[in-house]
Amino acid sequence: MRALSLETIGAGKSFGSFRALGDVSMKVRAGTVHALLGENGAGKSTLVKGIVGYGPLDEGSILIGGREQTIVSPRDAHGLGIGMVYQHFTVAPGLSVAENLVLSRGELPWRIDWKQERARLAEFMQRMPFNIDVERAVSSLAAGEKQKLEILKQLYLDRRFIILDEPTSVLTPQEAEEVLGLMRDLTRAGDLSVLMITHKFSEVTRFADDVTVLRRGQLVGSKAVADTDETELSTWMMGESRTQAAVLERTRNDAERVPGLEVSNLQVANDRGTLAVKGVSLSVLPGEIVGIAGISGNGQRELTEALLGQRRRSAGEIRVNGRPYQATRTEMQRERVYSLPEEPLRNACIAGMSVAENLALRDYDQAPLCRSGWLINRRAIRLRARDLIERFNVRPNDPDRPIGTLSGGNVQRAVLARELTEDVAVLIVSNPVFGLDFASVELIHRRLLEARNRGAAVLLLSEDLDELLELSDRILVIHDGEINHQTVPAEAERQVLGRYMAGTEQNDQQVAS
Amino acid sequence: MADLDLATFFLALLAGAIRVGTPFIFVSLGECLTEKSGRINLGLEGILVSGAMAGYAVAYLTGSAWIGVLAAGGAGLMLGLLHGAICSLPRVNDIAVGIALMVLGTGLAFFLGKSFIQPQAPSLVAIHLGGWSDDERVRSALSINVLFFIGVALAFVLSWGLRSTRWGLMLRLVGDHAESARALGYRPVLVRIAATAAGGFLAGIGGAYLSLYYPGSWNEGLSSGQGIMAVALVIFARWQPLRCLWAALLFGAAGAIGPALQSVGISSGYYLFSAAPYALTLAVMFITCRPNQTLSGAPGELSLTR
Repeated sequence: MRALSLETIGAGKSFGSFRALGDVSMKVRAGTVHALLGENGAGKSTLVKGIVGYGPLDEGSILIGGREQTIVSPRDAHGLGIGMVYQHFTVAPGLSVAENLVLSRGELPWRIDWKQERARLAEFMQRMPFNIDVERAVSSLAAGEKQKLEILKQLYLDRRFIILDEPTSVLTPQEAEEVLGLMRDLTRAGDLSVLMITHKFSEVTRFADDVTVLRRGQLVGSKAVADTDETELSTWMMGESRTQAAVLERTRNDAERVPGLEVSNLQVANDRGTLAVKGVSLSVLPGEIVGIAGISGNGQRELTEALLGQRRRSAGEIRVNGRPYQATRTEMQRERVYSLPEEPLRNACIAGMSVAENLALRDYDQAPLCRSGWLINRRAIRLRARDLIERFNVRPNDPDRPIGTLSGGNVQRAVLARELTEDVAVLIVSNPVFGLDFASVELIHRRLLEARNRGAAVLLLSEDLDELLELSDRILVIHDGEINHQTVPAEAERQVLGRYMAGTEQNDQQVAS
Repeated sequence: MADLDLATFFLALLAGAIRVGTPFIFVSLGECLTEKSGRINLGLEGILVSGAMAGYAVAYLTGSAWIGVLAAGGAGLMLGLLHGAICSLPRVNDIAVGIALMVLGTGLAFFLGKSFIQPQAPSLVAIHLGGWSDDERVRSALSINVLFFIGVALAFVLSWGLRSTRWGLMLRLVGDHAESARALGYRPVLVRIAATAAGGFLAGIGGAYLSLYYPGSWNEGLSSGQGIMAVALVIFARWQPLRCLWAALLFGAAGAIGPALQSVGISSGYYLFSAAPYALTLAVMFITCRPNQTLSGAPGELSLTR
C-alpha cells in the first residue's frame, strides 16, 4: 500500500501567551479519509500547518508510517510525500496548466523539453479520473476546475498523504460530490490517505472514515464516523447543541408596493472587458430578503460592484424606491442605500484610518458630524463611534485604532454598525460571513433579519447555500451572468439548485422578477 | 515620378525604423524582462543615458567601440542592480525608486560626461548589405549595425527562453504569483534583482548604440525619452518579446517619418513629424488602457495592474 498513515502525539503550539493548540493526539489510518472538524479558531489550521511545516509545532511529535519525523519546513513535508491543498489557490493564473504542473515539480533541467513533458502529462492525465486541458491558461478555469487542478497537482507530485483545507467551499454540490468521491476512491485503492478540514457534517458522514473534532485548540473527540452521529458531532464542536435562533416577528404586507431595488436587463463588463453580467433583471420588495446563489465567478462580483457604484454598467437600468439610480453619493444618502460588501477591509474600509473615521465614512459630510457643510466635528465622530462600538461589540473597543489592525470578524461588525443604521431602505450584502466564527455569524444573520423586519429590501449574494436557505425569502440562481432559476427556500432542493448553479439545467422559466 | 518617390520614401522609412528602432529593441526587451518578474523599472531613461555616456567614454579611452558597448552594459547592470536592491527593502515602491533612478542616472552621466562632449570616440561599424545595388540610396539604407541583428536574435531567444527554460518559467512564476513561487522554494526577491539587473544591462547597450552609432556622439540632449517610451512599448507589446521587437520597429518608423519625408523633398512640418513617436505613445496608452479593465497578459504581481 502506497498510502501513508500519520499520527500526532501531544501536538501543541503557542503564539505568544496564546495557546492555539494543546496536547492533540490524533491518528489518520493509512488509506482512509479523515475529517478534521471544528469551528473557526478551533486550531484546525494550526494543526495542519504544523504537519506540513508552514508553522512548525512547539510540542509533541509526528509519526509518519509509524516512524517519528521532524517537519520544520514544507520541504520536509514534501520529501515525506505530504502535500496540502489550500482554500485559496496556489497556481499562477498567467501561466498554463501544463506550465503550472511542470513548475510544481521543483527540480527542472535548464531546458524544458515540452514535447516530452506534454507526453508525460498526457500519460498522467490518462490515469486520472478527471481531466483538464493542459494547454489552457489557469485564469480561464472556473473555480471548480482550479480546485481540481490543485488536487491533480498533488497527485502529479506523487503525494501519498494529502491535506485538504475546506476543499468544497468554492464548488457546487455536484462538483463537491465528484471531487470528494474521487478522493475516497483513491484512498480505498490504497494510493492515498486524506486529512480533510471541513465544517459540513454531510461531507463527514458521506465521505470520511474517521473524524476528529477540535474545540479551542483542544481535542474533543476522535471516532469512526460509523459510530457517531450529527448530534454528537455538533455537541463536540459547539460545546452544547446549538440553539435555534428565535424566530423574529416581521411586519410585512405584500400589497402593491414599490420595490426597494429594481434591476432591469443589467449588463456589466468584467476586468477583461467581456460581459460578466448578461442581462440580469430582479426586484426586491421592502421587507424581503432575496438571495442570489451561485458559484463564485459567475458575475456576482461584477453585479455587486455595479449596484454599489464601483463599476460602470454597460447597459440596463437600476431603480431604487422607484427612481432611477446611478449610485452617486447624493442618491445613496437620499434613498438610504447601504451595503455589506465582501472583503470589507478592501471594499468598505480604509485600512489605515481609525475605526471612528471608518464608522463616519457614510455621513461625515452631514450634520451633526459636519458643521456648516465643511467643518468636520471630530468629537462628534468619536462619541458616536464609541456608542456604535459598544452596541455592535467591536473588539478592541478603541475608536482610534487603525481598522486594518482588527480581526476579520471585528472589521465586519464595524462595517455592520455603520451600514445597518435605523433607517436602511436598501441593503446589498455579499458573502457577509465568509471566514467568520459562529458568534459573529449569528450576530450578522440576526441583524440582517432585523433589518428586513424593519422594512429594508435586502439583496443577499452568497456562495453558502445554507446561509441563503436560512435567511432568504426568495432564492435566485445566477450562472454565467444570467439568472436561470427562482425558488423559495421551503421548496428548494439542494441538488436542483446545484444543477442550476453548475448550469447543467437551463432556464426552466422566464425569470423576471 | 511619384512611383520612385514612394519607393524612396518607404526605403527611407524602413532604414529609419531599423536605425531609430534598435535602441528601442534593447530597452524594451530589458524592460520586458524586468516587468515579467513583477517589478517595473521607470529608471530606464537614466540607465540609457548612463550607458550612452559610459560606452562613449570607455570607447574613447580604449579605442575600441565594442569594449565601450560592454562598459555601457556594465553601467546599466550596476544601476539595475541598485534599483533591484533598493526595491527589495520592505515597503519601498518600485515606481518611486524608478523616478529617482532616472534623475540619478541622467545627472551622473551629465556630471561625469562633461569632458567627453568634444573628443571623437570610435564608432560601431555597420554591415553593408547593399553592395549588390548600384543605387546609393539602397546602399545607405542597407548598411545596418550589428547590434540590430543581435537585438533581433535576442528577441527570439527571450521569447523561446521564457517558455522553454527553467529560468524563464521561474521568472514568469515569480512575476505572476509570488506566493506560489515562494511555496515552491524560489526566492522572488533574488529573481527580481537579477531580472532588473539584466534589464539594466540591455538598456545600457541601447544607450551605447545612441552614442556610438546613431546619432553617434555624446551630448546631453542625446536621448529623447526612449527609456520612458519603452515602458509604454512593453505594455503595448503585452509583455511578449517578439511583439516588443515589432513595436520597437514601429516606434522607430514613427521617429523616422520626418527624415523619410525630407528624403523625398517634403521638408515642411519636419519638427511636427519628429513628435510622432510621442503622439504614438499617447495613442497606444489611450487605446490599450481603459477604466474597469485590467490589461490582458500583464504579470499578476506588477504594481501597475494590482
